[in-house]
Amino acid sequence: METITPAGQLFQYLITGITVGSIYAMVAVGFNIIYNVTEIINFAQGEFVMLGGLIMVLLHVGMGLPLAAAFPATIILVTLVGMLVDRLAISPIRQPTVLSLIIATIAASILLKGAAMFIWGKDPYDLPAFSGRNPIIFLGAVIQPQYLWVIGFLILIVIVLTLFFEKTILGKAMSACADNPDAARLVGINVKQMILLSFALSAAIGAVAGIVVTPISLMEYDRGAMLAIKGFGAAVLGGLGSFPGAVIGGLILGAIESFGAGLISSGYKDAFALIVLLVVLFFRPSGILGDIEISRIKRF
Amino acid sequence: MVRIGKLPIAAFAFLIVIFPWVARQIPGIGHYTDIMVFAGIYSLITIGLSLLMGYAGQISIGHAAFYGIGAYVSGILTARYGLNPWVCMLAGISVAAAVAFLVGAPSLKLKGHYLAMATLAFGIIVYIVFNEEIEWTGGPDGMSGIPGLSIFGFDLDSAEKYFYLVWGFVFAAFIFSVNIIQSGVGRALRAIHSSEAAASAMGVNVSGYKILVFVYSAVLAALAGSLYAHYLNFINPATFDLFFSIKLLIMIALGGMHNIWGAIIGAGIITFLNYEWLHYFEEFDVIVYGAILLVVVIFLPEGLAGIPVMLKKRLGKH
Repeated sequence: METITPAGQLFQYLITGITVGSIYAMVAVGFNIIYNVTEIINFAQGEFVMLGGLIMVLLHVGMGLPLAAAFPATIILVTLVGMLVDRLAISPIRQPTVLSLIIATIAASILLKGAAMFIWGKDPYDLPAFSGRNPIIFLGAVIQPQYLWVIGFLILIVIVLTLFFEKTILGKAMSACADNPDAARLVGINVKQMILLSFALSAAIGAVAGIVVTPISLMEYDRGAMLAIKGFGAAVLGGLGSFPGAVIGGLILGAIESFGAGLISSGYKDAFALIVLLVVLFFRPSGILGDIEISRIKRF
Repeated sequence: MVRIGKLPIAAFAFLIVIFPWVARQIPGIGHYTDIMVFAGIYSLITIGLSLLMGYAGQISIGHAAFYGIGAYVSGILTARYGLNPWVCMLAGISVAAAVAFLVGAPSLKLKGHYLAMATLAFGIIVYIVFNEEIEWTGGPDGMSGIPGLSIFGFDLDSAEKYFYLVWGFVFAAFIFSVNIIQSGVGRALRAIHSSEAAASAMGVNVSGYKILVFVYSAVLAALAGSLYAHYLNFINPATFDLFFSIKLLIMIALGGMHNIWGAIIGAGIITFLNYEWLHYFEEFDVIVYGAILLVVVIFLPEGLAGIPVMLKKRLGKH
């Protein structure tokens, strides 16, 4: 038997926190992609994660598709759902206001949640871990191999997105919409298509988050709302719109939650992230890496 | 849309007064009086939200929290300490007002999405507290043994008697709110809605008015919560969850948030959907709610109460 040392225990909280935080960071990145192009906060962001997990369970466990096929298939399906959300809920609104956009994305989120309950019922589903469940003991902490997959995918997403926004024409066009939609339209960028693309991209990232987290925490139909608000907390903590901020915010939030649940109270686990969100909103709404001047000139 | 006519209010009051009698005459809808008690309770909340969101333009997705605070303060003080229910109702309202002031002061500096998320987070935190403080609240199992209400020894022990109490409160709140809307405060709120900078330049105390209307809406929600607790004699946290805040949003979006009538129309329709018409769907009613919300936001941005204005505009064009 391994004895659990206090230091090992703390390291355990940190590892768990970073893993959960990586998921929050992915959700936060998803928020930022849509926010940067449209200035919309997509309240349905958490539903993409939920759908990612559950569709993966259906394809991989239910239909027996191998991991390598089910993974991309799931991402494609959730991406289509993301595009559908834009086409059915966002783009039909003729005179968008903050309130109408909030209501539209909440409506989308309720509909997706209801559809998931219809398809999968209320039970939580498990997914086999990508490379087994034999834990690695490191510095007195138990590390599931799946933790490393989660962290690895966060790193991969950050690298791919950085390359996309800085090196490709499409990525640059999306950034242009974020800076100034009217000017972007003048230089021939199809803003509507860029918005559609932003929903597709952020749904895809949500799907990845859902797929990699399901083997750790299972997945059920009503997980989306909490994931969304914690992901938003991560995005705000880091500075809404900033990608490095999303990653830092997610990891800090995950760590706070993990230490809070371990050292203070597990019943209030979900409250810690929300209290952090409120404190940040009240005292520094621009976040760690956000620019207070930029947040003032934003439309919404 | 500023003037609220006296005639419709009188007509509506008459309909409400005869409602229980009519419900008794028609077979099969006798229990509608009971449902109307809930419609009244929800209307109290939506009237406040209509002022906050429709007139002052401030978003809240956390009012289930104030509703719950009213219910739990009433429930805990009566069931655990045996205090007079009316005193407890006042206590619940005071606690909700104090919390609304403390949360509202920093929150209402925020705009748009930030305010929405802050109120959402606040609502979930309060919900978690209801679940976790088991010694006080009974936790997820809820608490029972909350006494009913009585006035001067006259027990309000039937749906009909409670109906008149609740709708009496709704009318008081409605008339009071109409007076607010048609007074200088109402003009200030609308000025804040159209432009905070311009309102502030004209000397409107923007943050003061925003907090005032936020506290007012919380007071109405807490009153509703207390009425709910004393009517059902039982409360549990699930009643005050995030989805209830969203349901409130659906009510005022459906009714039309720029018109105070919309608050009552929306609350009435959603209550009947909830307790009567959506039974067939069981828990899949969320899909119906989502669909209603989406249809309203796309095709009826002014809600049902906005239809007459919309028709007038259409007809005027031809």
